[in-house]
Amino acid sequence: MHRSPVRRLAGALHRRPGLRLTALLSAPMAWLVLAYLGSLGVLLLSAFWTTNDFTSQVEYVWNTDNFANILSDPVYRTVALRTLGIAVGVTVVDGALALPMAFYMARVARPRSRRLLLVAVTAPLWAGYLVKAYAWWVMLSHGGVLDWAVGTPGFGVPAVVITLSYLWLPYMVLPLYAAFAQLPDSVLDASADLGARPWRTFRSVVLPLVKPALIAGSIFTFSLSLGDYLTVQIVGGTTQMLGNVIASDVTLNLPMAAAVSCVPVLLIVGYLLAVRRTGAWENL
Amino acid sequence: MPGQMRTVASTITNENGFYLVSGVSSARRMLGIYVVMTVTLSGVSKKFGAVRAVDGVDLEIRSGEFFSMLGPSGSGKTTVLRLIAGFEEPTTGTVQLAGRDVTRLPPFDRDVNTVFQDYALFPHLSVRQNVEYGLRVKRVAKAERISRAEQALATVHLEGFANRSPAALSGGQRQRVALARALVNRPSVLLLDEPLGALDLKLRLEMQSELKQIQREARITFVFVTHDQDEALTMSDRVAVFNAGRIEQVGTPAEVYERPATPFVAGFVGTSNLVEGETAAKILGSHGSYSVRPEKIRILPPGTAARGDEVAAPGRIADVVYAGAQTRFLVDLEAGGRLTALRQNRDEDGDEALRHRGAGVVLAWRRTHTVELTQAN
Repeated sequence: MHRSPVRRLAGALHRRPGLRLTALLSAPMAWLVLAYLGSLGVLLLSAFWTTNDFTSQVEYVWNTDNFANILSDPVYRTVALRTLGIAVGVTVVDGALALPMAFYMARVARPRSRRLLLVAVTAPLWAGYLVKAYAWWVMLSHGGVLDWAVGTPGFGVPAVVITLSYLWLPYMVLPLYAAFAQLPDSVLDASADLGARPWRTFRSVVLPLVKPALIAGSIFTFSLSLGDYLTVQIVGGTTQMLGNVIASDVTLNLPMAAAVSCVPVLLIVGYLLAVRRTGAWENL
Repeated sequence: MPGQMRTVASTITNENGFYLVSGVSSARRMLGIYVVMTVTLSGVSKKFGAVRAVDGVDLEIRSGEFFSMLGPSGSGKTTVLRLIAGFEEPTTGTVQLAGRDVTRLPPFDRDVNTVFQDYALFPHLSVRQNVEYGLRVKRVAKAERISRAEQALATVHLEGFANRSPAALSGGQRQRVALARALVNRPSVLLLDEPLGALDLKLRLEMQSELKQIQREARITFVFVTHDQDEALTMSDRVAVFNAGRIEQVGTPAEVYERPATPFVAGFVGTSNLVEGETAAKILGSHGSYSVRPEKIRILPPGTAARGDEVAAPGRIADVVYAGAQTRFLVDLEAGGRLTALRQNRDEDGDEALRHRGAGVVLAWRRTHTVELTQAN
């Protein structure tokens, strides 16, 4: 029987799963390795170079002065700790806001209002980042809406936490919403059936089951906050975060900027390892 | 309050042979027959929007019995179970447990436990933690908790599985964990929502006899929801047959099978022949609806006279269906209508049975096996 080349190719691919996988994944894998891991490698490499103080030219001399500088200079330490504190604060605020919101959306609201709420939560994602940050600048400024309603904290760390919490909230709500929606009714019924009151069911059954989603959301809010440098410029007053230090070093001292940007990367890697370990502990 | 209720209830059912007189009708009391009603439903209806899932159900379940609620899907049997458990509140009517009105009580204040259709095990807890959950919630001391959990796991033959995750268990094992998790609380009533539905046939038969044995030994009232009539007939002390949100008949398996009250029961519980109208008038001598079970019908050579206590109807075999152990003969009657007669393949093999197609026969069955049906309202 005659078979067309396309059919023969399809047949060959069907018989060899390895070949199929190679054909499918080689392009995206190449992109990942070259563009993503490659740039990270260059970043790490350049952190070990140095800059000529007079000419601001990068000198390709292998040394660890940049890292020694970060560890010894109290300014870097303060900025790093402040950045970490803001990222933790944003994550806690978003978690506290998103848990009841996602619970209500997924398990209480009727289908119609559920759709409206989903749109409402995701709508800010469609607007530009700067628009939203400046909107908060307007609200937080003296004489602004917030000042008029409850009083404004002014521009500074609290303003940064508020604005970043607003910006990253959808990234916390959406995974939690999916997790709450997937909770089987029968598991909640079973808990009540075994004598647990609602609060006990929430603590012992609901929270452990949505924990992976909570952690997933917190990875977003935490890492996005660590890397941010625009919001803090707009509503942070004189506050500096690691992103600002990197941005100001980039033109004058590229290796130093590279070394500083290793700090949030390390913090995120540390956080990922930490949540992986707690997950492992829970599953023992 | 629930703890108090538990002590009373266990006194009634288990130890002293001493009966609390509650929910017992005054007529029975006067006769001196004390039957304890563990679950009493009075005029219970449940509407979901415009749909009446349960429509005016009255039900009395006796202490210590294996009570099945049998019906097709959507007949309201699971909703009734959920009303007893407290997951739903009835639109009208009351639910009593051991004589106490619990209609408005939430599930966590009721002395019943449920085995769910999908098992509903907690995926983040080990088998042991699942079984201990109810005891932990009730703050049972650790030593007692551990020994009771071990005992419950032993009852369902899962001693070695305490530290496994539910995800690492087969369907049958999960089913046993769900059972142990409910039994460990020593409820006065155990509710089972099609617990064997997801198991394959062999495992299902095994679990049927095990469940029955556990029920006998623990002397717990079992309320068992199923759509499988064989399961209901073989396991139950009494069966309630549900249809369209109502109960068509309540009785022992033999009563429900041998004396079906309505055409629905006759058709749903086992297979049945319906004899009605002109055919009934010609064969039985009166109009009306009657049911005859296929296995009660004898197939005789043409011209044979029936015995004195029998009804006879001549006809012709229209089709023969060979089914291994039995053969079904579909017979067109001279009086009109078609009856199915069932015969064990004791003396004939399949080929021989199939050769009877087209033959003239006389069907005969005992008059007492003709059951008059009342039309359900």
